[in-house]
Amino acid sequence: MKRKTMAAAIGLTLLASTGLARADGVLNIYNWGNYTSPDVIKKFEEKYNVKVTITDYDSNDTALAKVRQGGTGYDIAVPSQTFVPIWIKEGLVLETDPGKMENFKNVAPEWANPDFDPGRKYTVPWAWGTIGVVVNTDAYKGPANSWGIIFNTPDELKGKVNVVPEMNDVIFAALKYLGAAQCTDDKAVLKKVRDLLVAAKPNWIAMEYNTIEKMGAGDFKATSDWNGSALRQRLANPAIHFNYPKEGYGLWSDNVVVLKEAKNVENAKLFQNFIMDPEVAAGLSAFHRYANGIAGSDKYMPADMKDAPEVVIPADVKPLGELQRLCSPETQDLYTKIWTELQK
Amino acid sequence: MASAEEVARQAQRKDIRDRWFLSAPALLVIFFAATGPLLIVLVYSFLTPGAYGDVKWQFSPEAWVSVFLERDIFDDTLSLAAAHVTIFWRSIKLAIVTTIATLALGFPTAYFMATRSEKTRDLWLFLITIPFWTNLLIRTFAVLQIIRNEGLINTVLIKLGIISSPIQILFTDTAILIGMAYVYLPLMVLPIYASMEKLDFRLVEAGYDLYASRFQVLRRIIFPLVRPGVIAGSILVFIPAIGAYVSPSLLGGGKNMMLSNLIELQFGQGRNWPLGSALSIAVMIIVMVALLAYVRNASRSEVRHG
Amino acid sequence: MASTFSIKHQPGFTAIAATCFVVLYLPIFVLVVYAFNAATSTSEWGGFSLKWFQSAWNNTQVIDATLRSFQIGAIAAILSTTFATMAALATTRTPPYRGLTFKYAAINQPLMVPEIVTGVALLIFFSRIKIFTGYSGLGYLIAAHTAFCIPFAYLPIRARLENMDLTLERAAADLYATPWQTFRRVTLPLLWPGILAGLMLAFVISLDDVVITEFVKSGGQDTLPTYMLGQIRRGITPEINAISTAFLLLSVLIVTLFFFINQKRN
Repeated sequence: MKRKTMAAAIGLTLLASTGLARADGVLNIYNWGNYTSPDVIKKFEEKYNVKVTITDYDSNDTALAKVRQGGTGYDIAVPSQTFVPIWIKEGLVLETDPGKMENFKNVAPEWANPDFDPGRKYTVPWAWGTIGVVVNTDAYKGPANSWGIIFNTPDELKGKVNVVPEMNDVIFAALKYLGAAQCTDDKAVLKKVRDLLVAAKPNWIAMEYNTIEKMGAGDFKATSDWNGSALRQRLANPAIHFNYPKEGYGLWSDNVVVLKEAKNVENAKLFQNFIMDPEVAAGLSAFHRYANGIAGSDKYMPADMKDAPEVVIPADVKPLGELQRLCSPETQDLYTKIWTELQK
Repeated sequence: MASAEEVARQAQRKDIRDRWFLSAPALLVIFFAATGPLLIVLVYSFLTPGAYGDVKWQFSPEAWVSVFLERDIFDDTLSLAAAHVTIFWRSIKLAIVTTIATLALGFPTAYFMATRSEKTRDLWLFLITIPFWTNLLIRTFAVLQIIRNEGLINTVLIKLGIISSPIQILFTDTAILIGMAYVYLPLMVLPIYASMEKLDFRLVEAGYDLYASRFQVLRRIIFPLVRPGVIAGSILVFIPAIGAYVSPSLLGGGKNMMLSNLIELQFGQGRNWPLGSALSIAVMIIVMVALLAYVRNASRSEVRHG
Repeated sequence: MASTFSIKHQPGFTAIAATCFVVLYLPIFVLVVYAFNAATSTSEWGGFSLKWFQSAWNNTQVIDATLRSFQIGAIAAILSTTFATMAALATTRTPPYRGLTFKYAAINQPLMVPEIVTGVALLIFFSRIKIFTGYSGLGYLIAAHTAFCIPFAYLPIRARLENMDLTLERAAADLYATPWQTFRRVTLPLLWPGILAGLMLAFVISLDDVVITEFVKSGGQDTLPTYMLGQIRRGITPEINAISTAFLLLSVLIVTLFFFINQKRN
């Protein structure tokens, strides 16, 4: 019986075209909820004879806190770009050198050498996207390509706007709206940020994450949101549009890392290499609804994403996007204070 | 040559020892998986925040200072931490209202259940808990479905011609209250039911024999007898309600922080674990003192009644 | 004077109780209806369909999470109720003794702190044990759930015990019943409604916990609430409604069976 399994495993490994070591056993993935395509996982399991478990987290901070304490039993995690430097600096991730993996050639040039992981020593792109303004055009027909929808809400939308309560994203947007640089610790600017937020808040109806459902049901008529979420909203209701604010908007990217305490390192490396395959990456996108940073995945993308304005950034607004950075702890502390004052 | 007094004292000592053995499992589990680890939190509250969450092992009273005082970020003046006070007061207020609402609904319901025939009582007990076997988040979503502008309540009221445009319930404090009362109702009903189920109705009968009105019987006979249940229920609703998280953020719109949000902010995006720790210890002390005072007071007045 | 005077009647109580039951079941009813919704969103009606049951059935992650929730809930409820019953017997019907207030405060302590704090504390503490022992099974979650369920089981049982009549137990003791016989034959039956209420509460509380579980769970240990928490940001599908409906029906079936068997035996 055991021999049979072995034979099957060897057979499968031979079938696998990668030159990496044979892997059977398990792989424990720790990822954002509802973010991991079951089809892709099934493919991976079949190809490498590996049993995959997926466990969810709902914020970068929770994931970092848990992994830092250790003993989690996870092999792989998917932190965002602002957090990747922390994970690296704190020695939580294994230097797997994806830059030298077979499928790395597929990574799109703009994601091949990012600031948060120069030379891709640790990370593999999983998804990337933008944060902009989503408006239901049945409720508001005016120009919506501005953070002004949130911070200087037009009358039609007053009391109908939601703001996704990601502290760093909201303050990033406010800084852009005021024409300031991200992560500034200039107190004069931050004072303006606070005043802007406090003055804008009465026009908001809510500050919550559950936008897909509530935009769909009409509880909100506008919201700040991630682009993939906006895509889902438009597919449910064509009147809902995603807008790239003219003052500048944030870019983010989530990346696959292998944990230092991983017990299944070989499988984890296989997984990193596996998802850089264009067809596989397109499979991931089809589920999480974001772009993946793998060149050549376009042709495998689902039809409704191929030229979706939420996913494929139009050329004219492309220069306005800026990758969000990790701010210094001192700046972060100021942000927290502003945030507490906003929500008190 | 043991005197009777000594025998009695020995028996008493043995009784107390037995009582320690009996409570040992509960105390051990709680110490291992709740209270003990909290000592870590106490230690953390006196340390320096780490750069990206967690702590640096360096003593600092800063966290405790900022629980009570805030330094203005722009002009550096120190003042009372008004934001913390506002948030704390909001949570307490909501918890009080929730407790009153669940008591008003739960007491009659428990009474109804306890006065059914003995055979069906367990069935009623199950009936009241079954809705709670589906988890909190999905129940809250179901409540949302009912109170939203296009939801059941508004649709029915509009169809009946009672209102012409939907009432905005979602994202208001009323929505939070509805959600919380819904979630916490069994915590009130079950303890009251447990102490009411054994109610001796001969006492009630005696009351009527003495020409008491129904209300007098309720107030003078039934209520004092089930007081332990009411106390237990109120504690079980009030304390968790202070730390409520799901209803405020899913139904209330999350614009205004609750205590749990404030603490979560420190452990999450705010990355100030010592402040989060200090805030939680402060909350725990306040609640614990209030609880002990309440229980002591309540049992004393019980003795007076009895 | 047609109606007989019922001493158990209190004006308006039955009406309030009826309202209560309606209000309790109304959201559940909505939830069940939307499980049969053809539309992808949980907010609009798109016709009758069974597709969400099918897709929930095929989603091993959600099925595993649900089963795990029930498993942890059942074990934690039974353990915490047993311990709480013992603790309640030890802390009631006695003149005050040294340590009584301490016990009361200690047992209720898990109630006092916001979940996030217990979560972080347990994360730090359990991680050390996980690294030290190499064991990262469900035991940690069960221990954590048992601990925070104890006060929820303890308070109703204590309330029941508090002014329970001592005479029957004394009579049993006078008839030379052993303490265990007295407990088994006299105390336990009298205490039973309190225990059952405590058990139900503990089970429900365990099923609902999100925050502590989120911090304590290891790889492959999602429960239904933590699974859903991850989904809120990305939109919740009626799959969740379907699986909840299925388990609801199952529990109603079990309860009904249980009830009828009990009925017959009596």
